[in-house]
Amino acid sequence: MLDIKDVHKTFNLGTVNQKTALCGVSLVLEEGDFVTVIGGNGAGKSTLLNAIAGVWPVDSGTITIDGINVTGLPDFKRAPLVGRVFQDPMTGTAATMQIDENLALARRRGKKRGLRWGVTKAERDEYREKLKILNLGLENRLTQKVGLLSGGQRQALTLLMATMQKPKILLLDEHTAALDPKTAEKVLAATERVVNEGHLTTLMITHNMRDAITHGNRLIMMHEGNIIYDVKGEEKKKLQVSDLLQKFNEVAKEEFSNDRMMLS
Amino acid sequence: MAEYFASLSAVDLVGRLPAAAAQGLVWGIMALGVYITFRLLDIADLSVDGTFSTGAAVTVMLIVAGWNPWPAMLVAFIAGLAAGCVTGLLHTRLGIPAILAGILTQYGLYSINLVIMKMKANQAVNVDKYGLAITGRNVPVSIVVSLLIVIAVLIIMYWFFGTEMGSALRATGCNQEMSKAQGINVSAMKVLGLAVSNGMVSLSGGLFAQYSGFADVNSGRGSIVIGLAAVIIGEVLGEAILGKKLNFFGRLAFVVVGAIIYYFVYTIVLWLKLDSNLMKLFTAIIVAIFLAVPYLRGQSKNSFLRAGKNSLGSREVK
Repeated sequence: MLDIKDVHKTFNLGTVNQKTALCGVSLVLEEGDFVTVIGGNGAGKSTLLNAIAGVWPVDSGTITIDGINVTGLPDFKRAPLVGRVFQDPMTGTAATMQIDENLALARRRGKKRGLRWGVTKAERDEYREKLKILNLGLENRLTQKVGLLSGGQRQALTLLMATMQKPKILLLDEHTAALDPKTAEKVLAATERVVNEGHLTTLMITHNMRDAITHGNRLIMMHEGNIIYDVKGEEKKKLQVSDLLQKFNEVAKEEFSNDRMMLS
Repeated sequence: MAEYFASLSAVDLVGRLPAAAAQGLVWGIMALGVYITFRLLDIADLSVDGTFSTGAAVTVMLIVAGWNPWPAMLVAFIAGLAAGCVTGLLHTRLGIPAILAGILTQYGLYSINLVIMKMKANQAVNVDKYGLAITGRNVPVSIVVSLLIVIAVLIIMYWFFGTEMGSALRATGCNQEMSKAQGINVSAMKVLGLAVSNGMVSLSGGLFAQYSGFADVNSGRGSIVIGLAAVIIGEVLGEAILGKKLNFFGRLAFVVVGAIIYYFVYTIVLWLKLDSNLMKLFTAIIVAIFLAVPYLRGQSKNSFLRAGKNSLGSREVK
């Protein structure tokens, strides 16, 4: 479903801020893989997701989604294949537009936007049904502006939007990191439900190692722009937080002062 | 002083109001164009100062050349579209900040407008010689005709911004990151918005030239400020009157009301025998105040001064 071959990306080449973010990453995802991604700050996790989404062009390497070489396409042209939920709840939705309008924008992802109505009555009924799944009471607030929703509600809505048109790959970039623990749990549960029901191929970055272990069928760890650890299936199920911590220790002895890792 | 007040006649003021309404309606179309860029796309587009004159120049020159005013205004609209495209492409393709791109277009248009007007700063179009859509000589007809045009523009805008393409344009102005993630070509949407906006401004310029009976290369100077004034006055008034019931159509309609009120104020200033050149200063002050009010209101709820006063055992820091 996703095939990444030897992707390199360096930011600010030739300046004092030069930073190699990805150095030769290769990754193959099968259809239906739900992969959690962990790693310290600056390991290249978000960079990897942005490379797949097409936020900027990569320096070298090939990215193929569902058999289509997307390396030369900007993000909005990859959008039909890719669903995204961002870390910041403000990023994924249009605050000054209504809930139904936001969903309607998502429903037309990858389709030609012409002069037909932006939202139809039949769609609204459909959205009401879909919002019920989130269990947040949003189904009765279709015509409210999204700006009135809480961060958790907006993330859940973004998740629904990202999967409204079944994406070939779903990219979740620490989408619960900005939420309080209880809301984060709810959004994560909704994620699990949506991914399983749709049998979606998913990459999910998290800083919570327990979440990384409990969710998904595969786990990868990144360090200094590369994938250094990749477990799946039975082996992953047996994984303990302590195993991951040890792994971190091995690769980054001197860097293991990263406080976010210590806390989880 | 008494002499001054004695010279002011209320009847005279009332008599002037219809003309103000007609001009307000014409400028309302311009203000609706500004609304697209300023409110929907979140871009302060200064090209309008140039495209307003372009519309005036194109319309007058074509009418003088024997055209019917309506196709002439259509050409003016298209000329505005093209100018807006230039601003949009300077911004999206060449990475020039939107405000600078607008200034560049406006600056360049000055020369183009002069060329259109055969290198004369002013070209008259006499209603006795040519058929005009509206004219200051016949205010009632002008009001009816411009009102019909305004209503048509309002309906088209309300419809367009409800369509898939219109929604994509609004989403672009609200959240580009999200728009791109939903597969919207945000650059194309910005160019489209700037083009349509300037097309409307140009159309308004063409109407204004017919109303005044001439096209002037400077007629658009400062029009962005008048457009902003109309948008802001309309919003404040609309929210005050309709509150939460103010829907999108209401917002658009109140922009036109804002333009009419602007012209009422303008007329009162003239009636008070103040120098009309002072109007620019008044307008600038009014727009600055209205733009500042939402910010200051937020500040008053959210200021260090207040937090300091409310804090326990506050003592002035020396």
